[in-house]
Amino acid sequence: MTDAAPLAIETRGLDLWYGDFQALYGVDVRVRAGIITSLIGPSGCGKTTLLRCFNRINERYPNVRTGGVIRVLGEDIYDPSVSLIELRKAVGMVFQRPNPLPISVYENVVFGLRVHTPRGELKRAALDEAVEKALTEVGLWKDLKDRLHDRATTLQLEQQQKLCIARLLPLKPDIILMDEPCSALDVEGTRAIEELMFELRGRYTIVIVTHNMAQARRASDECVFMLLGKLIEHSRTADLFLSPKEARTAEYIEGRYG
Amino acid sequence: MTAPAPAPRPQRSRLERLGESLLEGLIRLSGVSAIVFVLAIFFFVFREAAPVVFSRNFDLWKFLFSIEWYPTSASNVRYGTFALTVGSFAVTALAMAIAVPFGLGAAIYLSEFCGRRLRETLKIVIELLSAIPSVVWGFIALTVTSKLVVDATGAAVGVNVLNGGVVLALMSVPIIVSIGEDALKAVPDSYREAALALGATRWQVVYRVLLPAARNGLLAAVLLGVGRAVGETMAVLMATGHAVHIPGSLLDSVRTLTANIAAELGEAPVGSDHYRVLFLTGVLLFCITFAVNIVADLAIRGVRRRG
Repeated sequence: MTDAAPLAIETRGLDLWYGDFQALYGVDVRVRAGIITSLIGPSGCGKTTLLRCFNRINERYPNVRTGGVIRVLGEDIYDPSVSLIELRKAVGMVFQRPNPLPISVYENVVFGLRVHTPRGELKRAALDEAVEKALTEVGLWKDLKDRLHDRATTLQLEQQQKLCIARLLPLKPDIILMDEPCSALDVEGTRAIEELMFELRGRYTIVIVTHNMAQARRASDECVFMLLGKLIEHSRTADLFLSPKEARTAEYIEGRYG
Repeated sequence: MTAPAPAPRPQRSRLERLGESLLEGLIRLSGVSAIVFVLAIFFFVFREAAPVVFSRNFDLWKFLFSIEWYPTSASNVRYGTFALTVGSFAVTALAMAIAVPFGLGAAIYLSEFCGRRLRETLKIVIELLSAIPSVVWGFIALTVTSKLVVDATGAAVGVNVLNGGVVLALMSVPIIVSIGEDALKAVPDSYREAALALGATRWQVVYRVLLPAARNGLLAAVLLGVGRAVGETMAVLMATGHAVHIPGSLLDSVRTLTANIAAELGEAPVGSDHYRVLFLTGVLLFCITFAVNIVADLAIRGVRRRG
C-alpha cells in the first residue's frame, strides 16, 4: 500500500472489549477507496467485530467499549459532530443471513429514503424511480418488477440478499460492509452475489468478511488476515495468497489451523 | 462364526411402552378437555336459561333491546337488558381508550428503550399489579378514584362510567403490557439491526419495523385486555354506581351485564323467571365475548392476507 489512493476507512490502535473480554487489540487498518477488501481469519478472530465498528452498529450491545481512532471518509466517527445517522447512511451493511424487512419489496428498497427524508419531500415518482434504479443495479428488476408489492420475506434467499444490497443503494453510500453475505446461499447464489460485487466495485468501497478463503481469493483486491483480535497481515490478495510475509498467515492459508 | 452377529436392537419393555401410550392419552385428554369445558359451560348456563326462552310470554327482541329492567316489579315485570349492554360497552370502551395507549406505550418502552435493570424491576411491579384481586380494585374504585373523579369533574357522584373505566383500565394495562412486550420481543433482532444499519433512529425502528412486524401479537394483547374488561365483575359492580340506564355522559352511573348478574342472582329465587333471565344474560355475555373473539380472529387474518 505504497500508492496514495484515498482511504475510505482507517483505524489506529483500535481496541474493543465485550465486557471483560477484549476482542480487538490495537488494530491499525487502512482500507482503500473503490476496491474490494476482504477480512479473513478463523472463527472468533474479530473480523466481524472489526467490520461492525465501521458503522458503529456494535454499540447496540450494552457492554461494548472501544478505544483508539476510527476514521471513515476522513472523519473520526466518534467525534461528537459526526451524526450516527449520517454515518450509517454513508456506510451500508449487508448481513450474514439475508434480513429483508417484513414489508413489501418496494418498501424495503425505499426504506432508507423514507427514514432519511421528511415525509413531505418524498414524491411517488421519485420513489418509483429509485426502486427501479436500485433493483436494476443488483439485477433483480426483471424478475421482480411485477412482484414489487409481494412481501420481501417470501423471496428466494439469493433474491433476498440482493434486495438487502439494493436497499442500500438509494442512499448513495460510499462504503458497503458485507458480513459473510454468501454463507446462507448455495453455489449459484454465491456466484451471483460475487458478480454483483464486481459490478459495484469502483463506485463503492466494499469490505467483506468471509470465512471462505477461496472467495476472498477470487473476489477481493486486498486481503486482511486477522488472528485472535490482531491484524496480522494486509496486502494485495494475490500477494497474500502467493507469498505471505507472516508465518501464521502462510499456515492459515495452507489450512494448518482455522 | 466368522463375523459377530449384529446385536439385537434393544427392545423397550412393555411397561415403558404402556407408560408412553398412557401419557399420550393423558395429553390428548387435556387438549380435548378445553373444548369440552367450554361447551359444558355453555350447555349448563343455557340449560338454566332455556325454560324462559321457550316460554310463551318471552320476547327476545324486548330482552335484547328494551331498556326497561324491572325484574321485581309487583305489577309489570320487564326484563330488558339493553341499558346493561350499553353500560358494559361504555365502560369497556372508555377503559380501552385509556389502557391501549398506555399499555402499548409501556410495552414498547420495556422492550425497546429501557435498560435491563429497570426492565426487570418494572416487570415485577407490573406482575404485582396484575395479581391484585378485583375486589381490592373495587375498594380502590369506591374509596380513592371515585373521590378523585368528584374532585376533578365536580360530578355529583364519583361512582360512574369514568370511575369504572379508569379502574378497568388499570386492571387491563398489566395484561396488555406483558403480552405486548412478548410480541415485540418475538420480532427477530435482525430486523432491528437491518433498520438501524440503514440509519433509522430507534423511534423509526419502532414505528416502521416493529409495530408492523408485531401487529398480530399486539392485537392479541389488546383483545385480551378487552376480554378482561368485558368480563370483569366485582370491580365494576363497586365502581360504576349500579344504576340501570343508558349513560348520557361519562359522569353518569351505569350498570354492566356482569355486575347485574352478580348483584341479583343471590336474590332471585332458584327456578324463577328472574333467575332464568339472569342466566340468559350470562348467555348473552358469552355471545358478546365470542363475537369479539371472532371479529378479532377475522381482523388478524385480514391483516395477514394484506400484509
